[in-house]
Formats: sequence, structure tokens, C-alpha cells
Amino acid sequence: MACGNNCTCNRNESGNQDNSRRDFLLKGLMGGIGAAFLSGCSGNTGSKSESGDKVNVLTHDGKLVAVDKSQVANFKPHISEEDVRKGIPGKKFVMVIDLAKCDGCGKCTKACNKMHYLPSNKEWIEVLEMQDSPEVSPYYFVKPCMHCDNPPCTKVCPVDATFKREDGIVAIDTDRCIGCRFCMAACPYSVRLFNWTEPVKPNIIETTPAAENVFQSKKGCVEKCDFCPHMAREGKLPACVTGCPMNAIWFGDANEDAVTCYDGTTAKLSQLLEDGGAYRFLEELGTEPRVYYLPPANRTYDAKEIKIEKEGK
Amino acid sequence: MEKLNPEIKNQIENELLGTVGRRYRQETFWVFFLGAICIGGTVAWIIQLRKGLGVTAMRDYVSWGLYISLLFFFVGVSLIGALVSCVLRMSGAKWRYPLIRIAEAVTLSAIFFAGFMPVLDMGRPERLYFLITHGRIQSPILWDVIAIATYFIGSLIYFYLPLIPDLAIMRDKLTDAPKWRKKLWRWLAMGWEDNLLQRRLLKKAMLILCIVILPVAISVHTISAWLIAFTLRPGWNSTIMGPYFVFGALMAGTAIMILIIAKLRHGYRLEHYLTPKHFNNLAKILLALTAFYLYLNINKYGVPAYKMAKEERAVLEDLFYGKNAFFFWFTQIAGLVLPIIILSFKRFRQSIKWVVAASVMVLLGALINRYLIVVPNMLHPFVPIQHAQHGYATYNPTLIEWTITASSLAGFVLLIILLFKPFPVITMWEVTEEVEKRGEKEIGVENIITLQNIPTHAS
Ligand code: SF4
Ligand code: SF4
Repeated sequence: MACGNNCTCNRNESGNQDNSRRDFLLKGLMGGIGAAFLSGCSGNTGSKSESGDKVNVLTHDGKLVAVDKSQVANFKPHISEEDVRKGIPGKKFVMVIDLAKCDGCGKCTKACNKMHYLPSNKEWIEVLEMQDSPEVSPYYFVKPCMHCDNPPCTKVCPVDATFKREDGIVAIDTDRCIGCRFCMAACPYSVRLFNWTEPVKPNIIETTPAAENVFQSKKGCVEKCDFCPHMAREGKLPACVTGCPMNAIWFGDANEDAVTCYDGTTAKLSQLLEDGGAYRFLEELGTEPRVYYLPPANRTYDAKEIKIEKEGK
Repeated sequence: MEKLNPEIKNQIENELLGTVGRRYRQETFWVFFLGAICIGGTVAWIIQLRKGLGVTAMRDYVSWGLYISLLFFFVGVSLIGALVSCVLRMSGAKWRYPLIRIAEAVTLSAIFFAGFMPVLDMGRPERLYFLITHGRIQSPILWDVIAIATYFIGSLIYFYLPLIPDLAIMRDKLTDAPKWRKKLWRWLAMGWEDNLLQRRLLKKAMLILCIVILPVAISVHTISAWLIAFTLRPGWNSTIMGPYFVFGALMAGTAIMILIIAKLRHGYRLEHYLTPKHFNNLAKILLALTAFYLYLNINKYGVPAYKMAKEERAVLEDLFYGKNAFFFWFTQIAGLVLPIIILSFKRFRQSIKWVVAASVMVLLGALINRYLIVVPNMLHPFVPIQHAQHGYATYNPTLIEWTITASSLAGFVLLIILLFKPFPVITMWEVTEEVEKRGEKEIGVENIITLQNIPTHAS
């Protein structure tokens, strides 16, 4: 995970893998921004009151320098419509959900709803109770958007309102969506939600194009889990990951082969998948999900307490 | 057969022109009645536009409901034009001549509403033009838009071409009509003089159009079927959808055709033109189609029912003995098996009443079947429905939805009536020409050349 500015600033930084991953991410991000900032207005130093807080930034010629935090704080990289459609360069986001750890508390959903200003009746990330057959024990199943690599939903969209980005994210442009709901019919994971009525708007100002907005609900348009691209651009983890105290959700970049969970532990993606015997949900459909599941073996909670809701109740 | 006596020809034309612009009490009642329903539907639509699709019962699981079911129904019914004008033409059925204009009117009306239903169903109808400005040709919706538009234009031309000589007859005969109408007829008749060259050209144009329109017609409905067959959902993920839709559509269209000519026969006093022969022949077609459709149904439901694969099981159980069992068995038994039995007997086929009764059953079955194709599948997705809010895991259409649905059906019938109003419903020139050539029997008309049998119009 790095900044969104296509630099390789934190690639070779070694040694502190055990340190907080987020700190590490922040550094990377600041590096990118700082590089842009310093090269752009190097003559402006001192125009703001110094806070005394130093951050390390990487200049475009590869030097690591410490500058005052106040000088980089207000810099917001401009994100164009095109950037949003392309995605964050060099990234391939993945999620790994450890079903053995999930105890069904639903905090991921709460964190997600808070992040995206969703009312409690909308769930971008759902926690279901599953039981594959009567004899096997039930488990909690967390279901975000799978951000499929062969997404049935984007294929059918008539106006390119929902699209696959190069960083793996399947996004929705609510300024474009005509509300035909074909994508909802096409998604085999029942992930997509529709704004049947006018949603309650929060009092925030969005600066990015619609597909990376924090608040995506628009009357007559679809919405769904977006992997928090606005957070990823800042090098931060999605809300559900930072909201899951059980460390059940991992998020990261497949290109880096690294994923991080709630407590900041960073693991090697390939190792995690291999050791955990990972699988993908409904693999047989060929949708190539970007979300992996670790099977609910050696659960950390009492599975017998799970009650399965009968369908259609 | 020798040339028709000009006096008789004149008489026939006068008789057929008699329906143009004439007011029938029953018809006026229907126009107002259907018009009132349409106004109700418009009000409901305005409410829906203002409040959003939340006024319908559609929710995240059942995200398509009555509107899309109706879309499939209308697209289907629109195939009747292609059946009568192309398929019957190619099979050399001469009795089609009196039916052509009626079939094309049904087609035009149906395809118009088929184009309208998706707009009703859209969350953002004001962004409709995005389909052109941002259209993505990979999406079947775009194909559908293109196919529907092409078919609409094709049907319009097919409605117009055989109308030209009739318009010329109207131009020449109805001299006491208001001025603007005469002007319009003159303009639309495009200088038709009824000479041999013109006739030859017109017939050639109709032949070409007939060949072109058939694949378009089939593609329109196949693409509609693909809207659901292109998804991975259990029950929809099937290769049978295209033919299943097309033949179900031909069946429903034929049933509607029978009902309409039954109504016109007495309403417009066309007993001599729309005769038991037509009913009998259409009944045979309907029999063949219902039987074939039953066969397709056995394939569509029987094959997965034998396997009972995990995903399909829930849908099938719902249909066979679950919540939708009544509807399902109704469509199969009352909508297919019984009509097949009725229509198998010559005695029943020759009785207009029985044919009409069978058509009503087929039509009802076809309408419900569209619903069964769309909704139950949406209630049984791969991921089990859990913690659903109230009203999310069921689908009980709201009053607004029913009103809009009813008014679309009413509008469909109303548009057909309105299309019948300004023109004779029977293609005069073709019918007289063919009667001259082949005699009454083959065309299916009765006693039109015996002067004394021509009834006078009592309005
Ligand atoms: S899970 Fe559904 S919405 Fe998400 S990418 Fe896959 S098909 Fe699309
Ligand atoms: S509902 Fe919106 S995003 Fe989905 S297919 Fe239609 S236009 Fe595309």
C-alpha cells in the first residue's frame, strides 16, 4: 500500500515490517505528496506557521527529507474523472476474510455505514449466517462486493456507469447510472443496492468525481461496496478492516503481495492464502472475485450459538 | 376468375370504408374507459417519478417486477405482425390478406409500449439519452434499444406500404371529408395511380421488407430473453430462453389476434371478411404453438427438475408446490393443456366461441408466465436472503404498480383502436385483387361479391 501518486517510495524501505503498517503507509503517502509539493513550490517555505511536527518525504530524485507537517497538510492531489475511471496506478486491491475469526459482531458493517453515511437499513458489507449442509456446523459469512475480475455486473451496464478499474475495483459512477438495475440482476452475489427513494444527504462536501465519493447514495441509482478508494488513495485501509476488532478482514495490494488487518499486522498475501487454504465464494461461476475467504476452521467462537434464518422469513 | 364487376368492387370498398371515422357506441365507450385508465396510469407515473421507485414493491432482491414482465409481454405480442405478414406469406397462406393490417396495428402498438416499459422501470428516466451519448454496445440493453427501434420503424413502414393504395382510394372516394384530411390522404398516397408499374414496385418493396423484418422480429425478442439469460442467476442461466420467449410470444400474439378479430368482426360488422375460416386457421396455428410451447416448458422445467441441482431447487420448489404453485400450474394447465385439448377438436376449432375461449386462457397464461419468469427467480438468489427488512424478501406489487401496469395494457388496446380509426381495417386493394385472382374461398371471405348480401351499415 502506498500513496496514490504512482511513486515507488515505500517499495524498498526495509527493516520495519513489524512497525505499524499504517504509519508506514502514511509515510509513503506523504512521500508522494511531498515530492509533488516540494518540486512545485519550493520557494514557499515558511509562509505558514510551523507546527514542529516533522514528516519524512521522498523527493522526486530519491532523497528522503524531513519537512514540517504543516507544509504538506493542505495539499490535495486533484483527481480527475479519468483518474477515477482508471483507478490507482500500479495497484491490485484484494481482500481476505478469515471466517474462522469472524464472530458475527457486525462491527465491519457499522464502520462501513458510518464511513459512507448509510442508514442502518443499508448494508454494503453484510454478515450472514451460513450452514452448507445440516450436519456441518454453521459459521458467519461476511460478504462485501467481490470486485470480480470477470464482473457480470459491469458487462451488462448500458452506459458504462459501473466499470472495472485497473486497480481491481469495480466502481459506480452515480452521475452516469440510469437506474436500469441490470447490474443488480446480473450480480450473483446480491451485492448491489438501489436507492428506491431519496436518500438522506449528509452535510459534507465531496471533492472527487462521483465514483470515489464517500457518500454514494443517489435516488434512482445503484450503490455497493466500493473498497473505499478514497481511503486507498490516502494509503489508508477501508472502514470495515479498521472496524473489525477480530482481525478477520485483511486488505492490501496483490502487486505488493501484502495485506494488512485491524491491528496493523501485515502479512504476505500468498502465504496467507496458502496457509489458510483460501477459497473464493462461488468460484464455479467464473466471476474471479478479488475477495478470498479462509475457511471457518478452528473457530475462535462457539459455532453452536449461530441461528440460521430460514429463507423467505 | 374474371374481373370483379366494378360496381361490386365499388360496393366492397364503400363497405370497408364505412368504418373510417365512424363512431360506434361500444367503441366510444371503450375509448373513454381505456382513456380513463390511462389517465390514472399517468397520474400514478407522475407520483412514481416524483417519489422514486420506492412507491413500487420492488426492492433490492426483486429488483425487476411487473414492468419488466410487461416489457417481455409486449415485445412478445409484437411478433404477431411478423408472423402474419412474413411467415404466413412465405407459407403461401392466402387467407392472411384480410388480417394483415390488423396484425400490423397490434404490432405497432405492442412495440411502442415495449419501448415504453423500460422507461417506466428506470430509476433515472431523465438520463435516457445517456444510452446514446454514453451507450456501451457490449450491453444487451443497447442491442434491445436498437432492435426495438429498428423493428418499430420496420413495422411502421410495413403498416404504411399496403396502406398507400387504400389511401388513394380514400382520397378518390371520400370527397366529403374535411379538407385537412383530404390533404393528408393525398400527401400520404404519394400520387398512387394504381397502374401496373406501381403495383409491381409496391409488391416488390413489401417482399423485401417481409424478408428483412423477420430476422429483426426474432432478434427483438431473443435479445429481450437474453436480458435475463445473460445473468448467472439460477433459473435464468439457461440457453433455452431465446426460443422459449420467441415461441411463447408467437403464441400470445396469435391469441391476441384471435380476440381482436373476434371483437372487430361484430363491432365493425366485418362478418363477411373475418370469417370462421380465419378463426379456424388461426386456431390451428395456436394449437401448434401451444403444443410446442408445452414441449419447451417441459424442457425448461422438466430437465432441471430431474436433476434438482442445489441452486435451481429453491426456484423449482417455489413453482411446483411453493408460493407460486397456483400460478405456475395455472399457466401450465389452464394456459396450455386445456387450450390444446380444446383446439384439438375440429368441432371446437370451428366454433368461434370456443376458439375465443381458448385464446383467453392462453393469453392469461402467457401474461402470468411472464411474471413467473421474472419474479420467483429473483427471490431465490445464490446468496440466501437473510435479515431482510420488511417487504424486501417478498414482492406484492403496490397500487401504483398495478395502476401503471393496467394502464399500459389499456394504452396498448387503446392505441390499436386508434390505429383502426383513420383507415379501413381490411386492406381493400389486396383483398379485392386476391378475390379476383383466387376466389373468395381461398382468401377466407364470404359472400362479398353477391350484391344482395352486402349489409347496409346501421349505426
Ligand atoms: S460481487 Fe457483484 S457487484 Fe461486485 S463485482 Fe462481482 S458481480 Fe459486480
Ligand atoms: S443500474 Fe446503473 S450501474 Fe447498473 S447497469 Fe444500469 S446504468 Fe449501469
